[in-house]
Amino acid sequence: MKRLALLAALLAPLSALADPKPADWDSVLAEARGQTVYWDAWGGSTTTNDFIAWVGEQVMADYGVTLEHVKLTDTADAVTRVLSEKQAGQNDKGAIDMIWINGANFASMKEAGLLFGPFAEQLPNWAFVDTEGKTVQTDFTVPVEGYESPWAMAQVVFMYDTARLDTPLGSMTALLDLSVAHPGRFTYPQPPDFLGTTFLKQALVDLLPDPTVLSEPASDANYDAVTAPLWAYLDKLTPTLWRQGKAYPATGPAQLQLIADGEVDLAISFSPGEATAAIANNQLPDTVRTFVLDKGTIGNASFVAIPYNSGAKAGAMVVANFLLSPASQARAQDPNILGYGTVLAMDKLSAPDRAAFDSLDLGIATLTPDQLGSVQAEPHPSWMTRIAEDWAKRYGVAQ
Amino acid sequence: MDKGLDLRGVTIAKGDRTLISINRQIGPGDVLTIMGPSGSGKSTLLAYLTGTLSTDFRASGQVWLDGHDITHAAPYRRRLGILFQDDLLFPHMSVGANLAFGLRPGGSRAERAARVDAALAEVGLDGFADRDPATLSGGQKARVALMRMLLSEPCALLLDEPFSRLDAELRVQVRDMVFAQAKARALPVLLVTHDAMDRDAAGGDVFLMDDVEAGPDRATARPPG
Amino acid sequence: MNRRRLLPFVPMATLVLMLGPVLAGLWGTILPAFGQLSAAGLHGPSLDPFRMVFATPGIWQSIRLSVTTGLLSALLSLGIVILIFAGWSGTRSFRLLERLLSPFLAVPHAAAAFGLAFLIAPSGWIARLLSPWATGWGRPPDWLIVQDPWGLCMVAGLTLKEMPFLLLMTLAAVGQTDAIRSMAVAQALGYGRVSGWIKTVLPRVYPQIRLPVYVVLAYAMSVVDVAIILGPSTPAPLSVLIVRWMGDPDLALRLRAAAGALVQFGLVVMALGLWRMGEAAVGYFGSMWLYHGKRGRYDLVGRSFGLVLGGISALAILGGLVVLAVWSFAGFWGFPDLLPAELTLTNWTRHSAGIAQALTETALIASAATIISLVLALGCLEAEYRHGLRIGSRGLWLLYLPLVIPQTAFLPGLQTLMLGFGVTSGQGAVILAHVVFVLPYVFLSLGDPFRAWDAKMGVIAAALGAGPDRVLWAVRLPMLLRPVLTAVAVGIAVSVGQYLPTLLIGGGRVATLTTEAVALASGGDRRAIAVYGLMQTGAALIPFALALLVPALVWRNRRGLRHG
Repeated sequence: MKRLALLAALLAPLSALADPKPADWDSVLAEARGQTVYWDAWGGSTTTNDFIAWVGEQVMADYGVTLEHVKLTDTADAVTRVLSEKQAGQNDKGAIDMIWINGANFASMKEAGLLFGPFAEQLPNWAFVDTEGKTVQTDFTVPVEGYESPWAMAQVVFMYDTARLDTPLGSMTALLDLSVAHPGRFTYPQPPDFLGTTFLKQALVDLLPDPTVLSEPASDANYDAVTAPLWAYLDKLTPTLWRQGKAYPATGPAQLQLIADGEVDLAISFSPGEATAAIANNQLPDTVRTFVLDKGTIGNASFVAIPYNSGAKAGAMVVANFLLSPASQARAQDPNILGYGTVLAMDKLSAPDRAAFDSLDLGIATLTPDQLGSVQAEPHPSWMTRIAEDWAKRYGVAQ
Repeated sequence: MDKGLDLRGVTIAKGDRTLISINRQIGPGDVLTIMGPSGSGKSTLLAYLTGTLSTDFRASGQVWLDGHDITHAAPYRRRLGILFQDDLLFPHMSVGANLAFGLRPGGSRAERAARVDAALAEVGLDGFADRDPATLSGGQKARVALMRMLLSEPCALLLDEPFSRLDAELRVQVRDMVFAQAKARALPVLLVTHDAMDRDAAGGDVFLMDDVEAGPDRATARPPG
Repeated sequence: MNRRRLLPFVPMATLVLMLGPVLAGLWGTILPAFGQLSAAGLHGPSLDPFRMVFATPGIWQSIRLSVTTGLLSALLSLGIVILIFAGWSGTRSFRLLERLLSPFLAVPHAAAAFGLAFLIAPSGWIARLLSPWATGWGRPPDWLIVQDPWGLCMVAGLTLKEMPFLLLMTLAAVGQTDAIRSMAVAQALGYGRVSGWIKTVLPRVYPQIRLPVYVVLAYAMSVVDVAIILGPSTPAPLSVLIVRWMGDPDLALRLRAAAGALVQFGLVVMALGLWRMGEAAVGYFGSMWLYHGKRGRYDLVGRSFGLVLGGISALAILGGLVVLAVWSFAGFWGFPDLLPAELTLTNWTRHSAGIAQALTETALIASAATIISLVLALGCLEAEYRHGLRIGSRGLWLLYLPLVIPQTAFLPGLQTLMLGFGVTSGQGAVILAHVVFVLPYVFLSLGDPFRAWDAKMGVIAAALGAGPDRVLWAVRLPMLLRPVLTAVAVGIAVSVGQYLPTLLIGGGRVATLTTEAVALASGGDRRAIAVYGLMQTGAALIPFALALLVPALVWRNRRGLRHG
């Protein structure tokens, strides 16, 4: 204890320094040199862990920043950690300098004032970010306002077996027509699995003439009217589903086995590179390809945020900026490395940088950034809560 | 002090029935033969003497051995050697290890091994130390069991029909050997048997038991503890 | 010596350690079920949790499923076991079935369920075997076999797994009756095998296997892992709902889980009552049937049924394990190919890191729980031997209690209770929770051989001057090496197979082969499932192989112990 107190006394003058100003990038770089950044990120995937390790090597070589990957099983743990640090009055030198985050965790941290910022739009590499086509300025409809910096895109795609299905489908209605014509060839993960609810979201967004109503919270006044087309759609779709909708795959990956067995012809995915990876792993036949809907599909970004009590904010910003660099983004997009979608706009890049993306072998079943087209925004979370509940009542109890 | 095994007014009862009541003294080298048909509660007396009588029984009286009251001593401190009709060699130990188990503590490894070998030689089983007891003949097993008991340097011998499983020829041989060894060591011997030949060979005092129905198995149901 | 003074307290400590968590768990279930959960700032009493349970869509179907799957699988497994014994005991076929089925006792439920699913699914091995030459199927038929809404597939899986257990328990019970002579008499009087056995032997055997049958019934009604793998999801059985509610980050849902757990407890109590009444009815009509003196015309039918069902069960588990093995080495394997296009090691290498971690965790927990259980069981048995401290005739009943009370009824409460006391869930807590389930099996496995040991050996050893401790360590335990190792293997197998205690008490953070395998079930990746399922089976079976092998090696020169 005594030693800790001494340490705190020694460090006091340092912590009295003001937070780094992201606009003054040179001073950020200067301050970052020698800092250690603890990045709390989900550690459940070897490929992701390897990528983060590579990032660590780069920022050490280029900026003298040491990156430590704190492997999480659940991002909520990091949120709880920062919250309890705040409650304990530890407003400085917190244990976490950067979090891989999005959606509800971001919303609650931002609302509770646990985040440092705004910083994201002052990062030098923000200039390359595709702010038009990618949902990088809202996170599940919550305005980002510079409190987190995007680094990867996830987008809904449909995987289909070309050996059994000739052409991609352009809309949810086309999907229904196919299922009516050939019953038992399609299913989706059972909500409340996140990919299952994503399918419901995707259906609603595609069915509504104007999905902007979904960006506002659902209200009793408009809920029934807005979701009516979805229920009408599902009432027609369900009896034509695989197993007549009496059983569903439990998760997204469970659909892969169904395609491989020839039980279903197509399936939804939230990862444009999943099909290619699954073919490489023998989980899918090599005749599988992917498509997106004509009006575009739902997408969301993965971000990094910096806790308000980080002791290495400058270093964290340097890492966040590095993650946005064309080199890093191209590496993340490489299906052999990570296969994550880029958040950058191709037309904002220099010719050689764009060439690096173009030359990537995305794999036989992955669409290029151009082919993925425009991204539809996630609906406000309140819609999903109610839709998932209603789904359980209507379809979760088979007769 | 008085040498020998002294049973002072030993009475064992189950419920209201008295199974045995005995008041005898066995001097060094003497034999007391307890006769009775099987199932007459002879083994109950032995269980009492070894301290392993089931709590179903009530016992009174005292047992003195070489001037010590051992009535309530722990079974392993009584120094009463016992031989049953089964050889009861420990099946997981070699013949030598069985003997070493009986040998009182003390001495180096080599000394102990030498004593074990000597004991084997004494009963004509030279070089049997490493044998598996299960591969021995009945007579050989009986001899090993005898020597194992003697190596523990008991102060008295209890024999629970130890010869009844042996065929006639072997029986005489083993019986003579046991009595000779007991005599040589001046040990008091209590022999329980239903066989008149055994009694005659023992040649000492005889105590006749009434027919009673206490099962011998029940008598030894309690562990030494 | 310390141990001598401690020994008399071991039986009591064992009871506390075994029943304490059960009772505490029930208590921890009752409070939140009525709205009391201080950790979440919720205060009762209130009936809202029960209202929430019954407001769940499809809850009545979930409840019906729990009851029907439980009763049906208990009836089926008992029925098959009776037919096997009645029709075939003493024959060569019986020995064969017994040899085939016994090892499956150790196969974890999850692995057996996976194997079954891989066999009988429309895209499973059986369909592949017959396609397309016999069926004409180019793609699997859209049939709802696995996860059918009636839970029949789940019943099949449970029956497969519970039958070997009942078979072995019956085998032990039959050994204590003079079944052979009874059968000889009955047959001499003109009764057929089946009716003769059922009329003369079963009435004496059944009281002895009654508790194991209750265990099967309670287990089948509240099982989670098998239900996740083979059971329906629209809706799922009640036990699965309870576990799902327990896993929700929203603490308020714990109340619903607790109320659900109490409902589950009530259901099991009711089903046991129903079963008991059924026993009485069968007993009543049975005695009338006995009096009738009919000699049984359907003997052959009964016999054939027993053999066929027993054989199918053995083949199903065996085939399931084989198909798991094939999938674990499978490259791409489309339908209706009988075998994969290529065999590869990549499935194993890809998961090697995860497996190594889960295996370490599994081994650690299993050995710790087994060692604790073994020490306690030996302590109890030795205390019984030295001090005559029998737990009494009710001891057996107490021993079975943790197995008869449904896991889903008290484990959620135990976890909620730990939460309230701020006890962090982790390895230690999981080990103790495993002891609750491992100890009864270790005790049951060790008790008979321990008591059957010839006490004269102890008398002789004591007469040779060996104290009680030396008798135990130098004579009794070495002689009982095989039963002790078998008990250890049983303990390890039980621990390896535990899903719910690991998941709930570990707070989802203790990853064993079983929790990983069941978690993979939802992902449907057959290669990963196969790899984990096989590892799980190996972890449970290898100790049994060692329990046979080690004594054979150690005592290779000791003929007296070869069949002991």
